Amino acid sequence: MSRALWILAVLMSHWRRHPMQFATLVTGLIAATALWSGVQALNQQARASYDRAAAIFGGTRTATLIDPAHAVFPQQLFVDLRRAGWPVSPVLEDRVQIGGRSFRLLGIDPVTLPPEAAAISTVGPRQLAAFIAPPGRTLVAPETLQDLGLRDGATPQLNDTVTLPPLQLEPRLAPGVLVMDIGMAQRALNKPNEISRLLVGQQTQGMRPPLESITGSTLQLVQPDAESDLARLTDSFHLNLTAFGLLSFLVGLFIVNSAVGLAFEQRLPTIRTLRACGASLRMLTAVLIAELVAISLAAGLLGLIGGYLIAAALLPDVAASLRGLYGARIPGQLALDPQWWLSGLAMSTLGALAAAASSFVKMARLPVLAAAMPAAWHETQQRWLRLQGGLAMSMIFTAAGMAWFGDSLMSGFALLATLLLGAALALPVVLDATLDMGARWSRGPLINWSWADSRQQLPGLSLALMALLLALAVNVGVGTMVSSFSTTFLRWLDGRLAADVYISATTDAQASAIKAWLAQRHDIDAVLPSGRAEVQIDGAPVEILGLADHATYRDRWPLLQATANVWDKLRDGDAALVSEQLARRLKLDVGGRLPILTPAGPWSLGIVGVYADYGNPKGQFAVNVDAMFEHFPEALRTRFGLRVAPAHIDTVVNALRRQFDLDSRQLADQATVKTESKRIFNRTFAVTTALNAFTLGVAGIALLTSLLTLGNARLPQLAPLWAIGLTRRRLAAIELAKTMAVALVTALLALPLGLVVAWCLIAVVNVKAFGWRLPFQMFPLQMLTLLGVAMVAALCATLLPVLKLARMQPAKLIRIFADER
Amino acid sequence: MLNVVNLSKTYRSAQDEVSVLRGVDLRIAAGESVALTGESGSGKSTLLHLIAGLDDADGGEVWIATTQVLGLSDAARATLRRQQLGLIFQQFNLVPSLSVADNLALQARLADRHDPAWQAELVERLGLGEMMKRYPEQLSGGQQQRVAIGRALAVKPALLLADEPTGNLDEATADDVLHLTRDLVARSGCAFLMVTHSARLAAMLDRQVHLHAGRIA
Repeated sequence: MSRALWILAVLMSHWRRHPMQFATLVTGLIAATALWSGVQALNQQARASYDRAAAIFGGTRTATLIDPAHAVFPQQLFVDLRRAGWPVSPVLEDRVQIGGRSFRLLGIDPVTLPPEAAAISTVGPRQLAAFIAPPGRTLVAPETLQDLGLRDGATPQLNDTVTLPPLQLEPRLAPGVLVMDIGMAQRALNKPNEISRLLVGQQTQGMRPPLESITGSTLQLVQPDAESDLARLTDSFHLNLTAFGLLSFLVGLFIVNSAVGLAFEQRLPTIRTLRACGASLRMLTAVLIAELVAISLAAGLLGLIGGYLIAAALLPDVAASLRGLYGARIPGQLALDPQWWLSGLAMSTLGALAAAASSFVKMARLPVLAAAMPAAWHETQQRWLRLQGGLAMSMIFTAAGMAWFGDSLMSGFALLATLLLGAALALPVVLDATLDMGARWSRGPLINWSWADSRQQLPGLSLALMALLLALAVNVGVGTMVSSFSTTFLRWLDGRLAADVYISATTDAQASAIKAWLAQRHDIDAVLPSGRAEVQIDGAPVEILGLADHATYRDRWPLLQATANVWDKLRDGDAALVSEQLARRLKLDVGGRLPILTPAGPWSLGIVGVYADYGNPKGQFAVNVDAMFEHFPEALRTRFGLRVAPAHIDTVVNALRRQFDLDSRQLADQATVKTESKRIFNRTFAVTTALNAFTLGVAGIALLTSLLTLGNARLPQLAPLWAIGLTRRRLAAIELAKTMAVALVTALLALPLGLVVAWCLIAVVNVKAFGWRLPFQMFPLQMLTLLGVAMVAALCATLLPVLKLARMQPAKLIRIFADER
Repeated sequence: MLNVVNLSKTYRSAQDEVSVLRGVDLRIAAGESVALTGESGSGKSTLLHLIAGLDDADGGEVWIATTQVLGLSDAARATLRRQQLGLIFQQFNLVPSLSVADNLALQARLADRHDPAWQAELVERLGLGEMMKRYPEQLSGGQQQRVAIGRALAVKPALLLADEPTGNLDEATADDVLHLTRDLVARSGCAFLMVTHSARLAAMLDRQVHLHAGRIA
């Protein structure tokens, strides 16, 4: 043991003499761990929240019985099944409006609830009486209580007529859900003796009589799903975050690889001496691994703290993104389990070992007496260039194959991964060829030396330049995608927000009163009634939007495809416009038909057009509003828009507010809705912007650390030039120009690569992830700005080593000739 | 102490084969100091490396006391080097990040045989007392080689092997270093084998053997 400690002390003494190299190694590990673990913290937080939503009272985690043809079915079927020995429990579910906001009301029967579905102890035996006996309880999550603007114990009202049981806080409940006894829910929803589904418990499975013998073909068994709908829906978003985290992790490992590689070469004489003095290869390897593990654990811990801070800073924006894109609700408080800490440390350690693997292999094969050759490190890397070029080509061909044949979200991400990896591997080959060409065409000894020296320097810099290329290409790609989305979204918003004022009344009675009041005013050009309903298509909820037949929609509604006389056909009643994501999901085309089941019976709609519906997580189709109310007589008639001349908008809004006591959620003018939509849009992409900036920052650090690490190793190349008459300042200027030139070529290559990345995001990933495709647009000014930022980052990274060279003591340069280091 | 029997070594490359050692026999008794001379490329250093277990032979035997070096595993050879051998190279081979004191104690600590009294004597005899806290880069070539000699002898080896130990030193310093080494070898009672080009330095040891065309002449 003492021998191992002594060897460790000898090896660690290297870092005392090379603190900058040690800082580089630690920085790489911290950078690699921080963003990766930060992103994982965000994913973990969100997934825990989805699980909370899915696990409670039989989400997708419990087997259920449903009536595929109707939203509800008679309670008698529950009684029949229980008598036959089926461990079923009834659930009634519907959406309700409270204070202009929509909530999910869930009625349950705590007595028959299967133990695996009853995740809340509040309805355990002790609380049972209070839950089922009048006045009962309405269980809500803290977030829901906040949304309702009420306190624990308050009794909210539905439609100003039905009073719900007193609210009771239940922290483990998912946000946006109200849970109460099924009997009370049936009264509140006016659905006596009706249930939406039956939860099927796991006990006595296999011993019950067949379902068909009890319920005929009315009910259908839906098996439990390991993954919730929300989890599936948001997979692409989390995959996106993970991809950013992984990119940063890899860039961090580039730094670690560079630092460990050079440290290994510089420690070769020490390793050789230790072996000559009797340290076995096995012990040396074990001690070197122990040293690296110790450093990676310490740096990993710092990285985890950084990751926690990043996650805490980004969580509000991620929560906003998930709410905006998928309607998912994530709590604002970060809660992490020990697994996160352990997996972060494991990633840091395994990453460090992977980055150092080539050095360990080299040491294992090293003859005891091999001379130490720091320069050979760079020379060996040259041999990799050819192999690297071949690998790059195969990666790019694979990417092309994915683009051509791939038809899933995973293949979209695989396309991006292979494209970026292929381009990164190709970079040193392209730069080497460029520098070689430059050397052939140049005249004059100094210029010639400069080209040749840049080529020699390339292997040491290539990892950092690859990191710069990747970070910049991703920045250009994501920036272009976001800007394309922003431009399209704003144009779409102008068309979609056709009305000048939007009203959402609390009840049908209030809506009627408002309409009557509006009819008497002369400053209202038109009242545009709208309606909303929901149906199940292929097991997923789909929104129905009722549109009035009015010139406002004919002139402005953003259609992507349409038949001739589309609006006349819509007015006729049996026609629908479908949203782009619904059309893609159900493979619907204009001219096709969409059969649905409504409370008034089956309704077959002819598809007359497809419209863009950005940001809506659900599928949607639009029909004539009158036809909708015919088929959905119970749909609320509380929403409508107004056409008002711009000069009168403020007057009308203020008068409505005064007359009907409407708050900002119930009454808004077009400008306010647009501003709010833009704010939500910007917040949705705030995470992307922050991750972009982090990745570029890590790439900048990679470049800085590589240059600092190379700084000392390059002295033998520079000292002879100084000796033959070049000043240190001139040498420094040449170094600056060379590095900036290589960085510029890299950045210029990143621009077209970034545009290809943007195309992949827009044409492949977005379509699969969200169901809509954006028009591809280029933003030259944005690209120029990014180019400028990259060059400033490269300049900052280059400046420190160059200044160090310009101010270097001549004695240090002389020593090069004394011992050749 | 050292018995080399019919030792052979051939270096092979894609183009050709070079037989460096062709059946070398050599014996050195405990306390004896022997100079190994020969022209460049005659295999002197190769022989030294094979004796130290730093390289593999194609045939023959190398016995150090009762241990056959060539049959040992890497770990066993490392133990042998650590416990019984002292090695001195032309290029000093000090650890640049360790002080003179730590460099001196390096092998003795690895062998768990650190003897402060013996180290203090070595420091005094080698004239390193003022330099213990310095680093190798702050020493002259002669001083660095003294540290390397001290490191090799600190473990009280049974056999001291030196490969051109004075090759990087001027004549006066070389004489000084060799006298010192010989005295310390005599004081520790170990066997000493030194590779050298210099007939003058070889003459300072008990016996000279000449390596020619892969054999002891």
